[in-house]
Amino acid sequence: MSTWSRNRNGRAGKAGTTSDVGVASERLAAVLAAAATGLLIGGLALAFFWAPEDADQGFSQKIFYIHVPIALTAYACFAFGAWKAVRLLWTGERRYDLESYTAIHMGVIFGLLTLVTGSIWAKVSWGQWWTWGERQLVLFLILFLFYSSYFMLRYSTDPGPRRERNSAVYALFGVVLIPVSFLAVRIAGTILHPTIFTHTGANLPGTMLVSFCVCLAGMLALAATLYHVELAGKRIDASLRELRELLA
Amino acid sequence: MTASEKYVTAAYLVLLGAVLVYVLIIALKVGRLEQELADLTRTAKEKRGG
Repeated sequence: MSTWSRNRNGRAGKAGTTSDVGVASERLAAVLAAAATGLLIGGLALAFFWAPEDADQGFSQKIFYIHVPIALTAYACFAFGAWKAVRLLWTGERRYDLESYTAIHMGVIFGLLTLVTGSIWAKVSWGQWWTWGERQLVLFLILFLFYSSYFMLRYSTDPGPRRERNSAVYALFGVVLIPVSFLAVRIAGTILHPTIFTHTGANLPGTMLVSFCVCLAGMLALAATLYHVELAGKRIDASLRELRELLA
Repeated sequence: MTASEKYVTAAYLVLLGAVLVYVLIIALKVGRLEQELADLTRTAKEKRGG
């Protein structure tokens, strides 16, 4: 059986070539975008029309359905970036550098959104935008600043294997802060910031938990969509740069 | 509109705004890449012709 096929533009090419990978990636991004839209709209509809209002915080607790999924998505992006960094150091394949960089880029965007939505929730719940006395807030800020510095390190060295290795090692160091940020507050206790998920399970009614899970799935799908789009853009950019050098 | 409703609306608008800004950035990037590709295609054709 022939392994030759035609891509969408009618050009002949061997199955599994770059153009096929590009079409598959485009389809995956479209599926993820549709999933993210459906899950986020569904999740927010459940949060606002099905889940009850919190007895303590009232309507302001609805911020929980985006703030916590955004924060968990930021952690997931940083962890994914670190995993890609491990793959780069392990295999030496250069494509993992771009994948790790893109995942950390997404993590920083979601980290910034976590800080902004968290500050809005803090203002309405505690009456202040920020408090330095809360370990979870400060640890998340440290994690965010650590990964924001990743870009300074990355662009302070010339492109090449050295930059790729340095960036991968930095991404790996940062991932250590995730369990510290996530677990330290659960071990040490907290004053203001609520701890919903403990070692005994989720301190939420079933309806709130289902709404939260749908919002979390939607946020992860949104991050995956943005990751694929961003990665495709960066790959095209790199290919064009290479082509420009060849034609020069 | 109560104070809680205003803050909840603000938090959701931050997310919506971020997604819209991201889409705008990607749209601008796609436009730039299209322009670069067109320039490179022209250069390649000129080299082939010359």
